Amino acid sequence: MKFWISCAVAMFAAVALGATLKNEYYFFAGYTVLMFIVLATAWNILGGYAGYVNFGTPAFFGLGAYTAAVLFKAYELPLALQILAAAAMSGLLGLGAGLLTLRLRGIFFAIATIALVVIMETLFINWRYAGGATGLQLLRPPVTPPFDSYIKMLFVVMAGMAVASVAIARYIETSWIGRGLRAIRDSEEAAEASGVPTLKLKVFACTISGALMGAAGAPMPMYLSFIEPASTFNLNYAIGALASPMIGGTAHYLGPVIGAILLSSLQQLVTVTISNEVNVLVVGVMLVVFVVAAPDGILGLLRKVRWKRS
Amino acid sequence: METLLSVRDVTKHFGGFTALSGVSLEIGRGERFGLIGPNGSGKTTLINCISGALRNDSGSIAFAGEEVSTLPAYQRTRRGIARSFQIPRPFTSMSVLENLIVPLEYVQHRGSLHTADTRSEALEILRMMGLADKAETPSNQLTQIELRKLELARAMAARPRLLISDESMAGLSGNEVEEVLAILRTLNESGITIIMIEHIMQAVMRFSQRVVCLVAGQIICQGTPEQIVQNPEVQRAYLGA
Repeated sequence: MKFWISCAVAMFAAVALGATLKNEYYFFAGYTVLMFIVLATAWNILGGYAGYVNFGTPAFFGLGAYTAAVLFKAYELPLALQILAAAAMSGLLGLGAGLLTLRLRGIFFAIATIALVVIMETLFINWRYAGGATGLQLLRPPVTPPFDSYIKMLFVVMAGMAVASVAIARYIETSWIGRGLRAIRDSEEAAEASGVPTLKLKVFACTISGALMGAAGAPMPMYLSFIEPASTFNLNYAIGALASPMIGGTAHYLGPVIGAILLSSLQQLVTVTISNEVNVLVVGVMLVVFVVAAPDGILGLLRKVRWKRS
Repeated sequence: METLLSVRDVTKHFGGFTALSGVSLEIGRGERFGLIGPNGSGKTTLINCISGALRNDSGSIAFAGEEVSTLPAYQRTRRGIARSFQIPRPFTSMSVLENLIVPLEYVQHRGSLHTADTRSEALEILRMMGLADKAETPSNQLTQIELRKLELARAMAARPRLLISDESMAGLSGNEVEEVLAILRTLNESGITIIMIEHIMQAVMRFSQRVVCLVAGQIICQGTPEQIVQNPEVQRAYLGA
């Protein structure tokens, strides 16, 4: 109950911000933070719960973005349908890639997911209709009321997706599925011996995770009014999606949320005040600091402090 | 005696190394069965093939009349084959109780998750194993004997018809061995067939009704514990000649 009230409050806050704040920059920046909440939460379902480190976030994210762009170019589909189609496509990619790669363990799986990014990028560089290497310019359709600017609308839509993805992650975490995934992370042999269908569960997690990443990518072409392969399949998405749960804590659905808010806000701040190059450095430094000082993330640190006091 | 598990001509290679060659066994329902053999003789490989952690290259494994050698491990667990691991593999991110809830949810109650009271069932098993007071302890804080008991408890939570205990007593003190033996005997009395793999001879010999000795991937003899101890080939395998 408390969780659903928090969700409603978060959504209400997003809408209220859209109605009151005038400076559009905040929505540009806020959109990115919210997008990383979705990406980090999605990453955590496979990477955090099941312990399968996925560097393929840009592949899923980019496929979602291109699905939306191509559907918009071909049929001028409304944004909601673009998002659903993007989720479906990236979910399918998750299913297929999962079936092929999830028999690999540890580092081998991680390498396979990097290959996935390269494959997807190459594919879209060579697809003329989707703009090829030069990219595709897209004209935003007129904004639908009650919103008064397109970027505010995207902001609220992304807020909705962030809430939805956290709710999905929470459901998975607290149900028998989450327990099975944790068993896989702790010991795959013992999980299998305890009746857990490990391959099925991993493929399921990969599919859901991929679908959410794809959904997070769908509004991107409209956000930039442009799409091109190099920035869409950028490994920075992989690093951001992976670093946020590491910083926040992978064991709880709030971990990626806290990590993403902290990391992306800081990155936005640094991009504006210092430079875009330093913003990449920030991720690296924070990741190193947290891996050394708080391997279980902020949530793990808090738990330790509380445990010491009691 | 009715046959529960029937292993026929099972062979397993690792590259050029033959870990099992033509192993055949019949284990009856309710039996207490001992599996012995020197290090590297293929005991754990055999039970990995039975439980599904490894696939045998040839031969057949039938459980309760059904061929299981092509099924994945979790399907075999659901049909009633449970095992403990030689090196305990607890789910370290979970409490002791939660360790048992995993098999309870995935084997026994997978069709009735909303109505089942897995907690109290798990507690019941922990009580039987003498681990009830550790229910809420994180499983990475257990002692050696507690870890061994947790292995058995988690296997029991899968509600098996056949329990394979892989060196559940290795590294335990005399009293602790007695404790685990008593637990296994109680389980057997409740109708569970048990395969015990053990290096502690005195424990296997006292526990088992029938013993098989495996050397270099082949069964060199089987019989009652008395016959095994007197068998010259077993003596040679263990003591050298």
